[in-house]
Amino acid sequence: MSSSLQLLRERFPQIEVMEKNPRRLYIRIPREQLTATARFLHEERGMRLSICTGIDTREGFEVLYHFSEDSTGIIYTLKVLVPKDDPKVESLGSWFPAAQWIEREMHELLGIDFVGHPNLIPLLTSDTDWEPDRRPLRRDYERRNEAHER
Amino acid sequence: MSDETKVRRIVPIGPYHPLQEEPEFFKLVVEGETVVDLEINLGYNHRGHEFISPELTYDQVPFLVERICGICSNSHPLAAVLAIEDCAGIKPPPRANFIRTIIHELERIHSHLLWVGLAGHFIGYNTVWMWAWRYREHILQVFEMITGNRNHYAANKPGGVRWDIKPEHVPEIRAALDLVEKKTMMLTKAVLDDPVIRARLEGVGILTKEQAIAWSVVGPTARASGVDIDVRRDDPHCAYDQVPWNVIVLSEGDVFAKAKVRLLEIFESIKIIRGCLDKLPDGPIDMRIDEIPSGEGIGRTEAPRGEVFHYIRSDGTNRPIRHKIRAPSYMNIASNVVAVRGGSIADAALTLAAVDPCYCCTERMAAFEDGMLKYTGKDLLRLSWEKTEKIRERLK
Repeated sequence: MSSSLQLLRERFPQIEVMEKNPRRLYIRIPREQLTATARFLHEERGMRLSICTGIDTREGFEVLYHFSEDSTGIIYTLKVLVPKDDPKVESLGSWFPAAQWIEREMHELLGIDFVGHPNLIPLLTSDTDWEPDRRPLRRDYERRNEAHER
Repeated sequence: MSDETKVRRIVPIGPYHPLQEEPEFFKLVVEGETVVDLEINLGYNHRGHEFISPELTYDQVPFLVERICGICSNSHPLAAVLAIEDCAGIKPPPRANFIRTIIHELERIHSHLLWVGLAGHFIGYNTVWMWAWRYREHILQVFEMITGNRNHYAANKPGGVRWDIKPEHVPEIRAALDLVEKKTMMLTKAVLDDPVIRARLEGVGILTKEQAIAWSVVGPTARASGVDIDVRRDDPHCAYDQVPWNVIVLSEGDVFAKAKVRLLEIFESIKIIRGCLDKLPDGPIDMRIDEIPSGEGIGRTEAPRGEVFHYIRSDGTNRPIRHKIRAPSYMNIASNVVAVRGGSIADAALTLAAVDPCYCCTERMAAFEDGMLKYTGKDLLRLSWEKTEKIRERLK
């Protein structure tokens, strides 16, 4: 077991670890512990935020935070489940600039609210007439062919 | 300070540009000549790859992601097939791994030479531009010989590669490498020893190590700021752990360091390709994959600009249900906000270009003041050239 994982388990006993292979760890954490866990990985273990992934699943929105530990080549993926009727999660962008763009993007494409984000405006469609409530990465997104509607 | 310099003005750069793979809009906030802030708008070329990918089969996905970028067109398909293979838990045959490595490094050489040429053009060194692009041509010809294409090589597929390196290709690849090595050595010495280039690039657009870590930048942008990361070494894949090579790390963080990292990396890439050709094992170049099980997989590789990251989630069908793609420029361009602050307008476009978003030509730039055109793209290019000229005069 790698040392970062061991320390993570000691500090946050509630986490659920799924080891896909030795260099790909998926860690399910409670939504309330996101900031504490992410701060631990970045500030104490020196990990870099590779990117986040937002997925619309049956259970809710899954937000994945892929942290890369470059000294070992391991990717720690934190998994947070966000209920659809309360799509809110703490923002990492408020203290970690690397997360600002991807949180804006997930807010725009999935409609997840990142509480505390310094500037939660659309990232990709800020200069277009895209309707802000259309969330293309949601399962219920309806594809419209605007050329045919006219 | 006079009132004139206290007034904040906005200098827009972009969004469309023929030499960029990613159109972007940079809004420079300036006080006099000094850049005090930067606002970045993107999305002008948003093509919805993450939306389209779940509608394609795993065999089609590499073809789609290959079209994300024309310059590093091998990085995205490689990362995507690594993600698919990670999800399915399969390892491609050794020969496929070596061919992947060779093609990936050839791509790095041509991409770095392209950047050096554009950076040279931008500071008024058109000779550097023409030289670099001329030597790059030999690499493109090697690509045409191996894959039939100068760009978009369609080399990767889940479980292997599509093109074999035939025995008669090997001497020609070696000959091209020898030529490019000799010429790039000359170019590197000429660039790194030139007092005007040094004076023009040193201390410009500094990204400190702390900033590099806070913005999680990757690739040469990070390595020029003293962050010792390289996915090829840290998370070994393909054949990178089987041949000797070094990671180039510098600590200055300015545009000169970024140029130096890229120039020196060309020689490491040549070393890797030679090592792979020496050890190229026999055997099949692909394998049969019957099924991608449900689950998730992450693939990442070091593109010329830094780490490319692909995440794939599968539900056991022949299509992914989610495919997340992160190109290196996504992290690097965001860091421009801190890198250009405090610099001059003449340096701004150069600093933005230094992370290699292929943003080097400036004819699409325009500066407006009170609704009137103040600087056109050509004027900004002229400003940059004039600064080089001034330095040249001073050093005479």
